[in-house]
Amino acid sequence: MIPAEFDYVAPDSLDAALRALAHGGEDAKALAGGHSLLPLMKMRLAVPTLLVDLRHVPGLRGAQRENGSWRIGALTRHADLQGRAELGIVGEATSLIADQQVRNRGTIGGSLAHGDPASDLPTILVAMEGTVSVRNSAASREIAAGDLFQDYMTTAIAADELITEVRVPALEDWGHAYEKFTRRAEDWAMVGVCALVRKGADGSCEDVRVAFTNMASTPIRATAVEHALRGQPLSSDAITGAAEQAAEGTDPPGDLNATPEYKRHLARVLTRRALSRAAGV
Amino acid sequence: MTAVDSRAQGGFVGRPMKRKEDPRLITGRATYVDDIQPVGTLWMAFVRSPEAHARVTSIDTSAALAREDVVAVFTGDDLEGIAAPLPCAWVPPGVEVNAPEHWPLAKGHVAHVGDPVALVIGVDRYSVVDAAEDVVVEYEPLPVVVDPEEALKDEVLVHPGLGSNKVHEWSLGGGDLDAGFAAADVVIERRIVNHRVAGGAIEPRAVLAEERAGHITIWSSTQVPHFLRLFLSILLGLSEERIRVIAPEVGGGFGSKLQIYGEEILCAWAAQRVGRPVKWVETRSEAMMVTHHGRDQIATVRVGAKRDGTVTAFHAKILADFGAYLMLLTPAVPALGAFVMSGCYRFPAVQTDIVGVLTNKFSTDAIRGAGRPEATHMIEVAMDQLAHELGLDPLDVRRRNFIAADDFPHETALGIVYDSGNYQASLAKLLEHLDVAAFRAEQERLRGEGIHRGLGFSTYTEICGLAPSRVVGPGGFGLQTGLWESALVRVHLTGAVTVYTGTSPHGQGHETGFAQIVADRLGCDPEQVEVVHGDTAAGPQGLGTYGSRSLAVGGEAVAKATAKVVEKGKALVAHKLEASPDDIEVRDGRWIVRGSPEQGMTLAEVAGSAYIPEDIPEGMEPGLEETAFYDPNNFVFPFGAHAAIVDVDAETGKVKVVRYLAVDDCGPAINPLLIDGQVHGGIVHSIGQALYEQVIYDEIGQLVTGTFVDYALPTAAEIPSIETDRTETPSPVNSLGVKGIGEAGTIAASAAVANAVIDALRPLGVDYMDMPFTPMRVWNAIQEGQQ
Repeated sequence: MIPAEFDYVAPDSLDAALRALAHGGEDAKALAGGHSLLPLMKMRLAVPTLLVDLRHVPGLRGAQRENGSWRIGALTRHADLQGRAELGIVGEATSLIADQQVRNRGTIGGSLAHGDPASDLPTILVAMEGTVSVRNSAASREIAAGDLFQDYMTTAIAADELITEVRVPALEDWGHAYEKFTRRAEDWAMVGVCALVRKGADGSCEDVRVAFTNMASTPIRATAVEHALRGQPLSSDAITGAAEQAAEGTDPPGDLNATPEYKRHLARVLTRRALSRAAGV
Repeated sequence: MTAVDSRAQGGFVGRPMKRKEDPRLITGRATYVDDIQPVGTLWMAFVRSPEAHARVTSIDTSAALAREDVVAVFTGDDLEGIAAPLPCAWVPPGVEVNAPEHWPLAKGHVAHVGDPVALVIGVDRYSVVDAAEDVVVEYEPLPVVVDPEEALKDEVLVHPGLGSNKVHEWSLGGGDLDAGFAAADVVIERRIVNHRVAGGAIEPRAVLAEERAGHITIWSSTQVPHFLRLFLSILLGLSEERIRVIAPEVGGGFGSKLQIYGEEILCAWAAQRVGRPVKWVETRSEAMMVTHHGRDQIATVRVGAKRDGTVTAFHAKILADFGAYLMLLTPAVPALGAFVMSGCYRFPAVQTDIVGVLTNKFSTDAIRGAGRPEATHMIEVAMDQLAHELGLDPLDVRRRNFIAADDFPHETALGIVYDSGNYQASLAKLLEHLDVAAFRAEQERLRGEGIHRGLGFSTYTEICGLAPSRVVGPGGFGLQTGLWESALVRVHLTGAVTVYTGTSPHGQGHETGFAQIVADRLGCDPEQVEVVHGDTAAGPQGLGTYGSRSLAVGGEAVAKATAKVVEKGKALVAHKLEASPDDIEVRDGRWIVRGSPEQGMTLAEVAGSAYIPEDIPEGMEPGLEETAFYDPNNFVFPFGAHAAIVDVDAETGKVKVVRYLAVDDCGPAINPLLIDGQVHGGIVHSIGQALYEQVIYDEIGQLVTGTFVDYALPTAAEIPSIETDRTETPSPVNSLGVKGIGEAGTIAASAAVANAVIDALRPLGVDYMDMPFTPMRVWNAIQEGQQ
């Protein structure tokens, strides 16, 4: 609970922050809301030698609508997004992250860069097929959600790169639901299921996306479920049948509160519930 | 009744007054140990064993000592000057206790994860933690035993030198158990596991020690400053009057700070050695690991009963997991429960047999309720199980066995005399708020919608107000102390009042409740009454706060000291107003002559006359302050009826408490808000154990629940709005008529929740399961129930 010694800078521009990161090398870490990084440092599970605090970096906060997408600055806090209906599933999921104190500090960029498969926003980004813009002091690039999360707490973001922006499609005509199963409201998801459903004019499932939190070393799409439901009538029977496929291809880590078997069971139950709510069934 | 009289005088007793202590607490102006920083303070950190069981083969402190920011490093070899191991204060007469020596730093052998092997003193909090990492300790791992039933086999010894892991056997019984079971139509038996929990106080432990000119001052986040002074005196070989212990603001204890910890002794010892103030503030990780745990009992409960539900015999056999060492009260805790193993019932034969055992885990000791939550859980779960076995209504079975309201004081088969009670009345009051028939109809309807709702009850009594000395002391139960309480009431020249209490609050609200008692009797406002506590240099010797004793013992001592002040004041007023002392009364803030209210004095005038004694009665001493010591002639026995309603999501196993009702009786209320606060907190504590909290070690003795992420204390989001009500049955034991209420909620609630969960699960084929009702455990039980 007492972190090791580290250096600290709080640059006042993105360029300066990127330079500081590059200068600090592999052991430099960017600090945004700090609610993932600081606990790890206090337990000395993370021992960065340099913290580059982004608190004074301007221009990276807020959500703007642009051509059917939302562009969300990386330093936008969960509290800025939570409960906002126009943001769809992003507004729903951010309201379920930890507790209000965490939501007041935690940022969307920080959560995605941390790459914890038990966190909610990586799952949402994967389900929405969003992208992140990252930049180092020389160049910027886009990373698609499907390429971003590589392994447990390992992302495609290089040590000298920062996420600057998150871009997600608005998915306005899609129904959405995020079912997060926790022991306590503030806990990380034991299992989380994000369901996005586009209902056709005839009531059938025109398109569907399902993604899981904490069912593998990264957030993963439930392609078997999607495949089973796409094109089917959105009946409770069809949803239940599709949800039975939920555990396919998952590799959930067991922990104190749940064995892999129990997590697979939860995934099936929560997938059915999430799909039902997203489809309005 | 005294309480009624006092309301007539000033009317503060009985009022739901807001707490005097809250403004400073909620605005961050309170002073905790960590806020105190004498000039030159050094910091202390510990090197702790990562092994659950090992021989320490070498300790290399050279790298740590070479650091510029390190002042000293000590190991178990340096402990000369510490005269005795850490204390266990329970020595039951005639009982053999197999206890390991427990030194504040390990001497070549560690027996649990976190056992301290070295301490580092340095210039700031960060450097000592870094330096502790530089201390190189070599361990030779030894076999580990964490399961108490395995430990009892003695195949792996926690302390090889002891020869056995079994600590002791202790029994308390009364009535003819064999005859009781022989007379039974039905006998049920359940294995009831009460799992290990942590105290989880929001302020971790903290100690600061400073020696000056042979006098030492220790600030500690403790519930027992006077005991700490005593043991510092014994262990450091210092005369008691040279030691001052201060418990400043203490941010919760729940029993976990009713302890004499090695860190407290070492902090004082180290301050002597280095000649500078030394401070240690526990991290949360340390708190989870080395602040004592509670519960951890495996009980086999047998109940014999007639077909109509009349219980004929109740027998609890308890295996208590003490962890690696016996601490201050470790082996006494399960025994405390044995005193109320009769519950609120007329059991003709009751027996508790306890076996204590050592394991490679941290020690258990008193956590809120200390033995009584475990006992009540056994009794109240067993009553439900019995009712179900007999096909009877669980409330009817309880009513059939209740001690009658006109049968108090009531001596149970155990020889314990319950002071007062009216169990029928508290249950009746509960049912005014809860329509059971309507609930059953709703339960049926909801089941059709896939919602499994359950209702559970717990009707409890408990034993508290810890005292009386002749019962609990060395020749009785075996605690090596008296258990009375003290108070000093000082009226200042201006009429302001300072009350010194030997109790040591850490969140309860003594400053408000005691002030109400004093204000009514002295005819002043509670705002004028300052209650001072937690400082061995201020006021008389005292014994601290635990066992729901502060009001029933400490508050009564305050009332007695105040009565002495009143008596003197009346004599003084009578002298001044030329009346008889018997005719003086305190009314509406004035000391008046009965029948002539125009004649009177304010408290300030009375005090002024006492401190400027130009005209006081012949032979009267000047001044206006009195001390009282109070040792009650019995415990007090609060009681009540609780109900929990839970919803179980049968698909996932998740349990949610949707309604919780509590009717408690702690005698006449001094301050209903303080009672509600204690009841709320107690219930949350117990819901926490039932649904969320568990200290878990893996099979090699590593602590799995080392943070609040894994040790799932519930938050407000998990708890429904608790509905409380009271009945008021005065205790004949003290003049206030009061009983303790700090632990009652915890004692009652886990059984109510357990019974509710089982009620919800019965249609799914689950007739019994143990706490904690975590989603996976409940889901697994449902899967088994469906087979």
